[in-house]
Amino acid sequence: MAVHVARDVDDATRAVAVDERAELIAGGTDLMVEINFGRRRPGALVAIDRVQELRGISRSGRVRVGAGVTYTQLLADDAGSAALREASRSVGSPQIRNAGTIGGNIATSSPAGDALPVLAALEATIVVRSVRGERRVPFAEWMTGPKRNGRARDEIIVAAEWESAGPKQTFMKVGTRNAMVIAVASLALVVDASRRRVGVALGSCGPTILRADRAQSFAAGVLDELGWERQAAPTETACAEFGALVASAARPIDDVRGTAAYRSHVLSVMAARALARVAVLG
Amino acid sequence: MTLARTRVRGGVGESAPRPDGVPKVRGEFPYASDLYLEGMLFGHTLRSPHPHALIRAVDVTAAREISGVRVILTERDLPTRERFGLMKRDQPVLAEGRVRYAGEAIAIIAADEADQARAAAKAIVVEYEILPPMSDPIAALGPDAPALHEGGNVIDDVLVVHGDPDAQAEVVVQGEYEVAMQDQAALGPEAGLAIPTADGGVTLHIATQWLHEDLGQIAPALGLPNEQVRLVLAGVGGAFGAREDVTLQIHACLLALATKRPVRMSYGREESFYGHVHRHPARLFYEHGARRDGTLVYVRATIVLDGGAYASSTSAVVANAGCFAAGPYRVPNARVRSVGAYTTNPPAGAMRGFGAVQACFAYEAQMDKLAAALDMDPVVLRARNAVEDGDRIITSQPVEGSEPVANLLRRCAALPMPADEVAHPLRAGRPSRDPLLLPGGAGNLTHGEGIRRGTGFAAGFKNVCYSHGFDDVSHARVRLERTDSGIRARVHTAAAEVGQGIVTVCQQIVRTALEVEEVIVETPDTTIGSAGSSSASRQTWMTGGAVLAACREVRAALEERALARGRAMDELAALLDEPIERSVAWRHRPTEKRDGHTQNHGHVAFLFAAHRATVDVDLGTGLVKVVQVATSQDVGKAINPQAVVGQLEGGIAQGLGLAVMEEVLLRDGQVRNASFTDYLLPTILDMPPVVCDLVEHPHPDAPYGAKGVGEPPTISSTPAIVAAIRAATGRELNRVPVRPDDIVFGTVARSGWRIVPGSDPAMAARA
Repeated sequence: MAVHVARDVDDATRAVAVDERAELIAGGTDLMVEINFGRRRPGALVAIDRVQELRGISRSGRVRVGAGVTYTQLLADDAGSAALREASRSVGSPQIRNAGTIGGNIATSSPAGDALPVLAALEATIVVRSVRGERRVPFAEWMTGPKRNGRARDEIIVAAEWESAGPKQTFMKVGTRNAMVIAVASLALVVDASRRRVGVALGSCGPTILRADRAQSFAAGVLDELGWERQAAPTETACAEFGALVASAARPIDDVRGTAAYRSHVLSVMAARALARVAVLG
Repeated sequence: MTLARTRVRGGVGESAPRPDGVPKVRGEFPYASDLYLEGMLFGHTLRSPHPHALIRAVDVTAAREISGVRVILTERDLPTRERFGLMKRDQPVLAEGRVRYAGEAIAIIAADEADQARAAAKAIVVEYEILPPMSDPIAALGPDAPALHEGGNVIDDVLVVHGDPDAQAEVVVQGEYEVAMQDQAALGPEAGLAIPTADGGVTLHIATQWLHEDLGQIAPALGLPNEQVRLVLAGVGGAFGAREDVTLQIHACLLALATKRPVRMSYGREESFYGHVHRHPARLFYEHGARRDGTLVYVRATIVLDGGAYASSTSAVVANAGCFAAGPYRVPNARVRSVGAYTTNPPAGAMRGFGAVQACFAYEAQMDKLAAALDMDPVVLRARNAVEDGDRIITSQPVEGSEPVANLLRRCAALPMPADEVAHPLRAGRPSRDPLLLPGGAGNLTHGEGIRRGTGFAAGFKNVCYSHGFDDVSHARVRLERTDSGIRARVHTAAAEVGQGIVTVCQQIVRTALEVEEVIVETPDTTIGSAGSSSASRQTWMTGGAVLAACREVRAALEERALARGRAMDELAALLDEPIERSVAWRHRPTEKRDGHTQNHGHVAFLFAAHRATVDVDLGTGLVKVVQVATSQDVGKAINPQAVVGQLEGGIAQGLGLAVMEEVLLRDGQVRNASFTDYLLPTILDMPPVVCDLVEHPHPDAPYGAKGVGEPPTISSTPAIVAAIRAATGRELNRVPVRPDDIVFGTVARSGWRIVPGSDPAMAARA
């Protein structure tokens, strides 16, 4: 199997353009598992883990995180999203966090991808590039199904971008182990006080990352009353109502990791706690 | 009289460093999967995807054409019809016309590259006639169930009748319990290298628990005399019972003999789940009767163990579950029926705790139920009934050479509690406690919300060494010699170092017994007599005992030589112009065979421990964080205190796994989570600090009084943790592992069968 080690993004886009069999590898924490299990045998690999352009984080008004940024890097450097930081901490083991990248999460597009609910709640934009040019895709349009997305074979994910949303945000993940576990259900909540916007996104509760629109509107109403900028706790009733609305947005199934009933239940618990938690952050 | 002028270092009672410790941590230790020979072939196994089917045809034509493929063997190519199996030779080397579990071996392939062998396996065409699976062991025991083996579906059936089996009592508690299938999950998957020899035989380098038992199953299957088959222990990456059975041993040798080339076989993680036996899943139906003052009057129990497709060590697991069904308590009256059933589930066999684990989960839940019914403190109730020397267990065998279990319970209860107080709710917007240390851990689920803390106790016991008349023997050869650099000893045994530390134990015993510091432990192989298995917590007792006995003979010979030559004992250099070597075969006291009511001295001795668990539960998510486990265990004598603590901590980690996460998920005979992605093992964020109280009450028969220590930590840690979760939640939790659903929704496990405790499960009625 041929491995092309790309020097920069242009080199990588050319390499995948000329070789139809080529697949991209960055941290390899998803692809190598597939290869080792014999589920995939790429004809050629284009390694993008040494491409410096993909490894930067910039925060000039808008946040831009390069696709090659690892979870360890996201924990060490401030990408301006507490929720993304919390999600990064929940990823795998230290070794996985050292290798795995946010671009890999976006590329694999598993409904259980830990960073994805955060990107959804932040309403991030995914930037992809190929020899044909650059495209910017809103996260809401990115995932098309479980492990399916709008990336063309020759496109490289270069970055995720979003408007800085302030401190009121959090990420939670349920797994039947206290670390190194695939999400049974996860939730990201972003309250962007300056834009008067609430983003709620759910992981492992449907074929793609789901948004909870009614819950978002409800929470916005609660915050209209409480004051968006204030650090004030909503009532328990409001939190419970919010939790119920979040749970109703899920399309959970029974699988080897958990039951649909449990997923719905913990979504309501996570959501209620998340709202209480972020409302008092400032 | 002493030999050395200065006291030797690293003797009995010290935490001598283990020789394999640093290489393992540095990644330099050669495990069996690292075995490599120039020109070796790679072996691979084709396995059945169906749990139950007839094989109509196997076509290997296309597979043979794949480049690099050297040989493909199916059952038609086998040199003999010999079957294998640990206690009952009931498993074909390759499926003979019928498969009885998903994962059963159908064909084996050797090829130049592992990839080619795998491709060949995919190219073999097997025509199956699919039969309905038989997944429920209680249904399998029923009178109308189709027989999976000649002679029916009962692998073994043990009845324990003690005192008045129909005794009545003032206070009665009942319960139905379930233990799911646990995997040993040794980090090193199965691996071996078979090398054909010039005499037409084969040498097998293998990671195993018991070289000679393997030999006894391999040689007949190959059609070779034992002398032509040699086994050498390769680096073992953990065992926990899973390496007691033959997995790839016969297959690798067959391929090597057929190709006249060295063949390595090495399972990946997924195949490992299909390749080795697991802990028996169990359904347990219990009734306890007691007086109002808490004195136990009777225990009646029916225990059904799912043996899976082949017997493996089921009969001994069934016997253990029966013998230890009432726990470490004085129970004057009992009727226990313990039955192992054939099903079309993956075969079950040995795993740390071996039958005692399943029973302990049930009887300790019953003891807590009884304490609640009597409004008594659970520790007080247990201590009131706990056995001590002279008391008889329900097989009528008296306890001997043990710390009173009541002392273990009281000592354990008095150990320091965890320092952290119960988590506070959210305060001023800041997390009151590090969420990493709370239930959900890295999932950031609670900063104190929904947390309730519980504490639970449990005590447990089992036998050490083999039971019921088995001729349990260990051979050791000790040689004391002079070299250019000084005096040293060499020890040779066939005892498998599986991580537990027997190499270091042998060194320490020799250092103390012969007062010589340099002790070389030779690689175990079959050129010496059997050491028995590294299981049943027995190697320190048995091979330690054999080494000590050999040392005593060496020492006696040295004394004799010194006397004859008129020299002092410390003139070693002069005395050892010729080395002194002695070999011994060491046996423990004989045990009695099983009888109709299992009333006899069937066991050598018993191992006891008590555990206290403190658990934080998130009532909202149903997730748990075990905060601390404290244990008092009668270890007899800690030959190596650090190694003993390691065994206690490791055993508790495995008990914790069974309590809250480890389960091989089965549906209609199919394993649904054959990976470490979905078969969850505790991480460092799940495993709490352990407070160890080593109680040294020597047993008169054991070397230095040292009892086995490996299994008790796994037996009663599980029920202690579940008791703590019950205390925090008020939920019934009659099944392990406890799932978040069970905590959140209060789900109760039901077998769907009505069984009167103590009755024959073949008479079960649908509930």
